[in-house]
Order: sequence, then structure tokens, then C-alpha cells
Amino acid sequence: MIPDLVVHGAFMLFAITFMMLLATVFTWVERKQSAIMSDRIGANRCYIRIPFTNIKFVAWGLFHGIADGGKLLLKENFTPATYDRLCYNLAPWLAAVPVLLIFAVVPFGGTLAPGRLVDADTFPSIAAGLHAFFGDRTYTMQVAGLDAGLLFVLAISGIGVLGTMLAGWSSNNKFSLMGASRAASQMISYEVAMGLALISMVVTYGTLDLDAMVKWQSGLLLGAVPAWGLFVQPFAFVFFLTASIAENKRIPFDLPEAESELVAGYFTEYTSMKMGLFMLSEFIEIVVISALVVTLFLGGYNLPYMTDAGFAFPGGATWSLSHFTVVVLQVATFAIKTFIVGCFQIQIRWTLPRFRYDQLMSLGWKILLPLAAVNLVVTVLLRWVTL
Amino acid sequence: MGWRERIFIIEVLRGLNITGSVFLGNMWKWITGRKGALTTYYPEERRSDYSPNNRGRHVLTQRPNGEVQCVSCNLCATACPAYCIEILSHANFADPAHPKAPERFEIDYSRCIFCGFCVEACPEDAIRMVKDIPDLPGFDRTAMWGKMDLLLHWHPITNPRKPYPPAPPRADAP
Repeated sequence: MIPDLVVHGAFMLFAITFMMLLATVFTWVERKQSAIMSDRIGANRCYIRIPFTNIKFVAWGLFHGIADGGKLLLKENFTPATYDRLCYNLAPWLAAVPVLLIFAVVPFGGTLAPGRLVDADTFPSIAAGLHAFFGDRTYTMQVAGLDAGLLFVLAISGIGVLGTMLAGWSSNNKFSLMGASRAASQMISYEVAMGLALISMVVTYGTLDLDAMVKWQSGLLLGAVPAWGLFVQPFAFVFFLTASIAENKRIPFDLPEAESELVAGYFTEYTSMKMGLFMLSEFIEIVVISALVVTLFLGGYNLPYMTDAGFAFPGGATWSLSHFTVVVLQVATFAIKTFIVGCFQIQIRWTLPRFRYDQLMSLGWKILLPLAAVNLVVTVLLRWVTL
Repeated sequence: MGWRERIFIIEVLRGLNITGSVFLGNMWKWITGRKGALTTYYPEERRSDYSPNNRGRHVLTQRPNGEVQCVSCNLCATACPAYCIEILSHANFADPAHPKAPERFEIDYSRCIFCGFCVEACPEDAIRMVKDIPDLPGFDRTAMWGKMDLLLHWHPITNPRKPYPPAPPRADAP
């Protein structure tokens, strides 16, 4: 039991660190990417000075994230004259926690066998100690290996709506309420389209478990091409990405927090770290959406032609790697793929104009939903014919 | 809207192509050592493309004997639309032709809009604006006053292109 606890504790620590770190990095990437895209330099004046010297470290503006966090912590924690203190204080948590929870079922690596992690020839004492402690146990590198992983994702992302609605309602501000109503109806509409896109993925892969989906994508299509979800279901990729960006209330689906129309939308009345939690949960949701897109459509933690034992190229050549190398490679691949998809979402944000609210709702109900339903019907027919 | 625009995804991809190509071009410039931005990184870099005719600095002219030509009439301070000229005058009865002279003549460069009204208003040709590039940004507003020693920096008698104008004929001359 203790080895299980140690490994799962390590996974939880990794998941939380990964999400928080990547969310902070994405605040930096957003500023820098938008600047480079518009012929500017971006924010790079924040420095850390070594005490008693004049040496300043400006790490290309990475310290601005820390400065923003510190600024938000040190601001005055103002409570407006609301009649519903509990909901006002609960809303940021209800917006932030479900986003963190979705990552619990995402696999960020393949199978981990801690007893075999270290090569017995180069570090005999460490290898022997690990083998004595862990034995032959293997763990899939997720925080929670649920069989119904995708259903868990859909259920928890539904809770995210509650935080938004509570925030707008308990702010005692008509404009926040308007923003919150827009946000809630937008999130609910796009959840339906997202669900239909995901169900067609479930029909394709034949399972709800996200780790099994990644393993399905390690196979080959037509003997040569890696069987990524992007090649098998390109339309579902587009629908899922669009619906997820709408869930996250990012531009082009930005109206609930329209920065030039409703002050700050549903979190106008929030200050300091409560506001910081709302903004951070938005950036964490970028990470989580990127992780889901990578897991479902882009091959997950595996490079093309890679399995848990090493590489297996279509011509028959193999290249087997040690367990440690495979684990490190898989985690690094997952992180880099998530980062690239997040950068793509940021590029979309800085390219597209905002949808008007009726255009947004008509896109969700009149275009995305029928198209996702047609995609599901075609998938089911094809699978029925080819099974 | 044609059908090509109604399928919004095509326009999205065109937009991403535009911004993406600019982003990748600038990123390539940064990676290969050049500067991939149009921004001047002030104050470490300065722009060099000010016009050579830019008149950015005030000077107080001097008489051949070294005194300021300004007779402290306050016409420039009155004409200034930004109210940024402050003059303190003192009496100078040793010189009967010019009994008033400025003891303190200061221009607040955090307010000056470089319009040139003071130059037009002055009856004595005592204040001029020279072709110079202003170097004004600073961290302290109280340090941005141009004092008299700054303004007296240019001595017209030694500059052959701007000679001291000849004295007008006196009314009681024979």
C-alpha cells in the first residue's frame, strides 16, 4: 500500500505542478506571442536583482507572471455589499477546482514500473533499493485510472458553469449578471456540441478510458501512418477544439468577459486573489483543453511509431530503449505537445474578432450541433459496416 | 457573403496564415540574432530618425557684453499656452537702457509643448529655439525644469550664421 501511495502522491504532485507551471508560462507566452506577432517586443522589464549588486536578471519577461501573482495577493480584499457572502466567496473556487480536476484522468505518460526504472548495471544500489521497495508493480501514469475517463471529463466540465453563474449572481451588479447569464448559456450550448464530438471519438476508439485511447493511437493506419485521432476524425477535431475554446470563454467566444463592453463581465466585483483565481482558472483550462486535445487527437504521450518498449517503425525496424528513457521521453512529449496546442489556441485568440452574441448562439446550436451529429452518424455507420 | 465566407473555417485559416507567417518570420529573426520587432527599446536604444529641422531646445540670447537680452517683459510667459515659463525679474539701474533683467528664467519641460509662441511673442529676440533633438524623458518631474544656465548655453556672437542684430537708430541721435 505504501508504494502505491508514494507513486500516486508523486503523480498528483506532478499533475498540480504541471498545470500551475504551464498556466503561468502561458500568461507569459500570451504576452510574448501576441507581441512578436505584432512586430513588438512584449513585456520584458520585470527583473530580479541580486542583493547588494547591480546585476539584474531579465529572463525575457518570465518574471512578469510572478510579479502579477504577487500584485494580486497584495491588493485589498474588498467585499461589495452583497447579501450572499457565501456564494460570493465560493464562486472562484467553483470555477477553479473543476478545471484542476479534469486533469486527473489525462494520461501524461505510459506504463511506469518503478522497480525497473533505474538501470541495474550503472546504479546497482539504487536499482536494488527501488526493486525491493516497489517490486514488480506497474502504474499507468494518470492520477486516477478511471474506466469511464471521458464521462468524468464531461461531468466535471459541467460543474464549471456553476462558478460563473454564482459569480455573476452574487455580485449584486446588473452588468455582472448579464455577463454571467451569457456565459452560462454559452457554456451549456457548447457542451452539447463538445459531447457529440467526443461520443464519435468513443465510437471510433471503442473505449472511454483515455489511456486505452492513447494506446489505440500508437497503432498504424494503412500500414504506414500513425493512427492519430486527427487523421481518423478530422471533423471531430475541429468541432472539439471550437467547442472547448467556447467553454473556456476565450476569444472568439469572449462575450461573457468582453473586455471593452462589460468592464470585466461576471467577475467585475472581484478583487485580488479571487480575481486571480478566475484568471488563473482560465489559463489552467487552456492547459487542460490542450491536454485533452493531445490525448484524444494527437497521439497522447507517444511520439509517432513509439510504444512502451521503444520505437517500432513500419518497415519492421525497431529501436528499443531503456525504461527510464521511455518514461522521460513520454512525459516530455506530452508536455511539448500540450504547449504547442496551447500556443495554437493563443494564436487563434489574437487572430480572430469576437462573435456577436446571437452569432455565437447560432454557431453553437445551428451549425456545430448538426454537424457534430452528422459526424456521429457517419462514424457509427462506417463502424457498423467495417466491424 | 459568399459561400466561401459563410464557411467560417476557411477565413479562420486565412487569418491564421497571415498572423502565423508574421509570427514565424519575426521568431526566425529573433532566433538568428537579429531584432524581430519594430519597437525601439527606449531608453537603451534611441531612434535616429528625428528630422534635422527639428527645433527642440530653447536658448536665451546674449548681448555682446555677455548679459542676457531678455528684459523680463513677461510677454513670452503670457503667450505660452501651457503656462510653463516662470520669470523672476530684478532691477538693474546701472544700465539705463535696460533697467529690468531676469534673475530667474525657467521653463517647465514637463509642460512645454514646443509650439514656439514664446519665440514669436518676444520683442527683443531674446528667446529662440535651436535645431536640436530634445533629451527630456526622466524619472523626476522636479528635475525637468530648464534653468537659466541651461538656456544660456548658446552664444550667438560666436555663431556666424546668426549674428547679433544691429542696434536700431536712437531717437535723439543727431
